[in-house]
Amino acid sequence: MAPEGIRLLGRQRDGWRRPSRYSAFGLVRHGLGRAEWPRAWQEHDLSSGYDVVIVGGGVHGLATAYYLAANHGITNVAVIDKGYIGGGGSGRNTAIIRSNYLTPEGVRFYDRSVKLYESLSADLNFNVMFSQRGHLTLAHNDGSLRTMRWRAEVNKLEGIDSEVIGPEDIKRLVPFMDVSTDTRYPILGALYHPPGGIIRHDAVVWGYARGADARGVHIHQNTELVGIETVGDRVVGALTNRGRIATPVIVNCTAGWATLVADMVGVRLPIVTHPLQAAVTEPVKPFLGPVVVSGTLHVYVSQTDRGELVFGASTDPYPSYSMRGSLDFTEELAGHVLELMPSIAQLRVLRQWAGLCDITPDFSPVMGVTPVGGFFVDVGWGTYGFKAGPVAGEAMAELLATGTTPENIAGFDLARFAEGRLVGEKGAAAVGH
Amino acid sequence: MILVPCPHCGPRNVSEFRHVGEATARPAVASATPEQWRDYLYLRRNPAGWTIETWYHRAGCRAYFGAERHTVTNRFRRSWLGGQVSPPAAVAALDGGVEASSPGTPPST
Repeated sequence: MAPEGIRLLGRQRDGWRRPSRYSAFGLVRHGLGRAEWPRAWQEHDLSSGYDVVIVGGGVHGLATAYYLAANHGITNVAVIDKGYIGGGGSGRNTAIIRSNYLTPEGVRFYDRSVKLYESLSADLNFNVMFSQRGHLTLAHNDGSLRTMRWRAEVNKLEGIDSEVIGPEDIKRLVPFMDVSTDTRYPILGALYHPPGGIIRHDAVVWGYARGADARGVHIHQNTELVGIETVGDRVVGALTNRGRIATPVIVNCTAGWATLVADMVGVRLPIVTHPLQAAVTEPVKPFLGPVVVSGTLHVYVSQTDRGELVFGASTDPYPSYSMRGSLDFTEELAGHVLELMPSIAQLRVLRQWAGLCDITPDFSPVMGVTPVGGFFVDVGWGTYGFKAGPVAGEAMAELLATGTTPENIAGFDLARFAEGRLVGEKGAAAVGH
Repeated sequence: MILVPCPHCGPRNVSEFRHVGEATARPAVASATPEQWRDYLYLRRNPAGWTIETWYHRAGCRAYFGAERHTVTNRFRRSWLGGQVSPPAAVAALDGGVEASSPGTPPST
């Protein structure tokens, strides 16, 4: 259903104000003075009505709000979150950014996201610490090596820096890696993607929140959606634990709770929620440059700017909304990491946690309109949602502002499941599901 | 550790099991519409709460069995032999908040 009328939403709010600039001069001035740093975003009372209500204060929801305000001048927008912003998937992922996908559509989509991430610190005047240190996907068998050659060629055709390298080059990039041939899964080669890397995921959330807030968007934390009011087949209001909001547009940008929110308007999503566990070690001196991923061993490793090693795995093999870690996971993870880098056996794991991943049948997101007028979705982001935050926000904002689905997300529509047009992106995640 | 109550072997670590899936009713082959087949293929209840599933004890007695699990706490409250236990009726019982009968027996219909 076409969201007619949304085009008219672009009225400016009063009280538009510029964010205070973060600069070296500002740092000195605040360091010498006694003045408090201004809050990066404000708290507001809940208005009785908004033009757009975005459910979920993660990178997708806040990016959508930011681009609605920055690109389209739509600022009467609320972002509501039942907890604190960035407390869900956006604060639980392993912060890996890359665009070396398999299909040309996938490559172009994620490359746009990488480009937005590259200029994000400047655009938001907020250091998101994007560290493009390179990304290695290891091949342990002929089949993987063949797929990587395929991916490298597709990537190069799309102008992405991506190449298959051999064990000697891997050893040069990661001297601690065991590339010998007497391991259980010998390393035959790797897909090397120099623009890939890691980012400070909290900073991305805070930067978007600050940018959106400065343009007049209201961010409401501890505000839980409890129901959606409809008249006929159109959204007219959002019911929250803090009161009712009149709104013609609700955007579901949640992860983990996507089906529960959609159930409120009777829209059924082909999503099953699985936890994905991650862990972090104590900090050590920098020794690991690129991000290292092994699909066969179901593990990915990177070293943060603080020196901690961050480990992630594939999703747990059963659906759950539990965000607790498990001993099974830590044992298996440690075994696999030590197979790659035996010398880190003495490192201690500091924390482990889980995030919720909404898995769809084709491991691709569900974005766009739904059968209920004014109810939009940007969900089903499985294990690849964080790296797509900026491009998803940009595209959803364009859809809400113009009423036309942008070409780069047209293939991710909800109707594809009914019409048998599932997306064939096999490079959706670096590890198996 | 998540303990899965196998009807044959008693409570065992979840790593011994394979999660088969949420119990869903297969539509009547002769009369089902494409929409019903699509729903059967792709749509799950995916609740944050009690759910009825089929599990397989792959590293044990190799039985397929039905079980009722809470997806937030990962606690099981009962399990029974025979994967299919009239899921619609069982799910309706769940939605209606009908309390569990004794462990090891299928949900009353």
